[in-house]
Amino acid sequence: MERLRSIEELKALQARLQTDRDPSIPTIVISAGTCGQASGANDLIRVTKRELLNKGLTDRIRLRITGCHGFCEAEPSVLIEPRGTFYPRVGVQEMAQIVEAVAQDQVLKDLLFVDPATGKAVERQGDISFFKAQVRTILARNEKVDPIRVYNYIENGGYSALVRALETGDSKWVVEEVKASGLRGRGGAGFPTGLKWEFLAAQRNGRGKFLVCNADEGDPGAYMDRSVLEGNPHSIIEGMLIGGYATGANEGVVYVRNEYPLAIKHLMIALRQCHELGLLGQDILGTGFSFDIRLVRGAGAFVCGEETALIRSIEGKMGEPRQRPPFPVQKGIEGKPTAINNVESWANIPVIITEGAREFAKVGTKGNTGTKIFSLVGKVRNTGLVEVPMGITIEKVVTDIGGGPSGKAKIKAVQTGGPSGGCIPAERFDLPIDYDSLTEAGSIMGSGGMIVMDENTCMVDVAKYFMNFLKDESCGKCYTCRKGIQRMHEILEDVSNGKGTLDQLDVLEELAVVVQDTTMCGLGQTASNPVLSTLRYFRREYFEHVEKHRCPAGVCKELVTYSINENCTGCAACVRVCPEKAIAGEKKKRHVIDTSECIKCGACKTVCKFDAIDVA
Amino acid sequence: MITLVINGLEVSVEEGTTLLEAAQFYGFPIPTLCHMEGLSPYGACRLCVVEIGEGPKAKLVSSCTYPAQEGLRVRTASSRVLQARKMILELMLASCPQSKTIQDLASAYGVRQQRFRQEYEDCILCGLCVRMCEEQMMAKAIGFRGRGQTRSIGTPFDIKSDVCRLCGGCIYVCPACQLRCTYTEPEKAICGGCANLSPPCVEKDPFDDMMCYMEPCVACEIDKN
Repeated sequence: MERLRSIEELKALQARLQTDRDPSIPTIVISAGTCGQASGANDLIRVTKRELLNKGLTDRIRLRITGCHGFCEAEPSVLIEPRGTFYPRVGVQEMAQIVEAVAQDQVLKDLLFVDPATGKAVERQGDISFFKAQVRTILARNEKVDPIRVYNYIENGGYSALVRALETGDSKWVVEEVKASGLRGRGGAGFPTGLKWEFLAAQRNGRGKFLVCNADEGDPGAYMDRSVLEGNPHSIIEGMLIGGYATGANEGVVYVRNEYPLAIKHLMIALRQCHELGLLGQDILGTGFSFDIRLVRGAGAFVCGEETALIRSIEGKMGEPRQRPPFPVQKGIEGKPTAINNVESWANIPVIITEGAREFAKVGTKGNTGTKIFSLVGKVRNTGLVEVPMGITIEKVVTDIGGGPSGKAKIKAVQTGGPSGGCIPAERFDLPIDYDSLTEAGSIMGSGGMIVMDENTCMVDVAKYFMNFLKDESCGKCYTCRKGIQRMHEILEDVSNGKGTLDQLDVLEELAVVVQDTTMCGLGQTASNPVLSTLRYFRREYFEHVEKHRCPAGVCKELVTYSINENCTGCAACVRVCPEKAIAGEKKKRHVIDTSECIKCGACKTVCKFDAIDVA
Repeated sequence: MITLVINGLEVSVEEGTTLLEAAQFYGFPIPTLCHMEGLSPYGACRLCVVEIGEGPKAKLVSSCTYPAQEGLRVRTASSRVLQARKMILELMLASCPQSKTIQDLASAYGVRQQRFRQEYEDCILCGLCVRMCEEQMMAKAIGFRGRGQTRSIGTPFDIKSDVCRLCGGCIYVCPACQLRCTYTEPEKAICGGCANLSPPCVEKDPFDDMMCYMEPCVACEIDKN
């Protein structure tokens, strides 16, 4: 790769790449993020390559391997450009057929996505209800670029936002632009990014300043940062370069958790390419602006996503938050001013600079501009990453994009914001998704996890699950966070075992408020949210557990018994799966469960086709 | 100088003073277990929380780590603070019931019940010993290990540290008394062996390692070598 010495050279390269491209040549796009690879995308890639070579189609069909497109339910999926044909859950056999069909410009109708609501096949990706209701500013770029090819990124308009910023020669303009866009930190707290940059720019630049990309995504069930980092690492680098130029910072750090090997690999490749091209290092594009980025791998502590703990972790110390003030923007890594932004915030920066702040601010609502990626998981039909404008209602996300409940049971709540968030009941699904509304409802935006729960989910169990998670993940520095969470978990355990008392519920609530009030960092201050929000909206369920020793959802093992009702046809499917051999009965006659042997594993219920297993 | 308001009283303190120092200087008592003059503030025990700010933006912060700021309004004993302190003491009593310091504080703050399952942990991980070892004894022999519920204090891999000089500084500062020297009778809660100048050890059988790492023994001054 030849080093680019000036802005003109980058522009010339971009123009050359764009004219060389022939958009009419069909391209097979295979999404191979971690999720895609796990569901078999690597095999598809191998088959496609082999087919293209064997049939001599290499000149007529292109293959692009990209990061995640977001529709996890349909992985491994294949997209054919320029038609936009979308094939979900493609098998190895089918891949060969698809290559053949693309060569003849045909569509394989049998393999298309079938809309479960209408039962009709949908050809184009844009027409699928899951994609239709989204505004995919960030995620759509994942399909366009191969993350390990920088030329691919440049061809698609990459680094032109950096050029635009450098050409103005005015770092203040960049800060003002980001401020005017109204972008708020996508990591969860929602602090205005432009304001943070202004503070950093105002700091004296004696010994250097730092920019950090926080990619320590630890919420259970959330993976949007991973897929952005995997699918489009150059957008993060470009965002940080623009940030460096705007704030006068000269060093960048990307803090990625070590559990994201593919993201680390792609980022390292991207960083190397940028160094070779002269987009990182000294005197970038001959403008005299210098900036470098290094990668720090986190060792897997949830608390290290908290900014002061993250700073300590980067310094090589124990990941433990400290008191703010002084804020990181005053005193951060090695005592130098540091601004920390989330992956998604960084990915939004090139969009803002290219489109302009006004265009950006048109999406979303006032005070909550732009789009936000959520990972929609749980008891919903279409799981995956969804990117929606801020201010959209929860109802729209769950029903229109998510396609409603995955099973027969009704949806009862949505849990947002990971372990620090809360549960929002179905009655409040008209709530717009923005920082302030969610906080008011007792949850938080968080980094964007969205777990949908149906009637088969016990809210006491949910609260218990998150307390169990936080009990291990709290750093343990603040007494109230460490011990308080342990005690909350202890009480919830009692409640779910049917040993809870009404007094304990009072103590639980009292303790939750104190934990929220008296801890130092964001982890502890929001740790009570799962308890407080379930107590607020689902107190009845707690009472059922305590007073009637009943778990309405049939989840809390100590409180339920399994029995077989008259629907039983005596097929003996349950007899075969029961690990304790607790089910007996004559063939074609109603079976019986021996409750003294039953361990309540639920295997019989899963396997029964006749709805004959009662859990109560 | 920085001017701030503590419990309605306008006071001025030097820049860099923490709220705890400011309050104590002006005579407002704030309980604390993890703070000690000469050691860097840490903010672990949360007992020293005070309420700052007004209206809906009012919040609790640990006064030992929060720097005094111009115009800040601080309340050291508002009902919110007292309620939080009581709950913290209740939590401490539930886990470390044998510490005299914690018992006294609980009594002073009117904690009359303990509604959690009783534990006997003793150590509250205030980190005084860790800081004492590092900052005053310049040894860094002990430190925190693990996180969350498995967090503990000790040496790496529980192997005796080479840099430990057995100075006893960690024992001296411990508020929970876990490592307090109890002389030859470990079950005896109140210490005082070291102050006993008549050599009691001579009449007793060779005692366990607990006392005898002090060479010469501070109580009997018999050089064992």
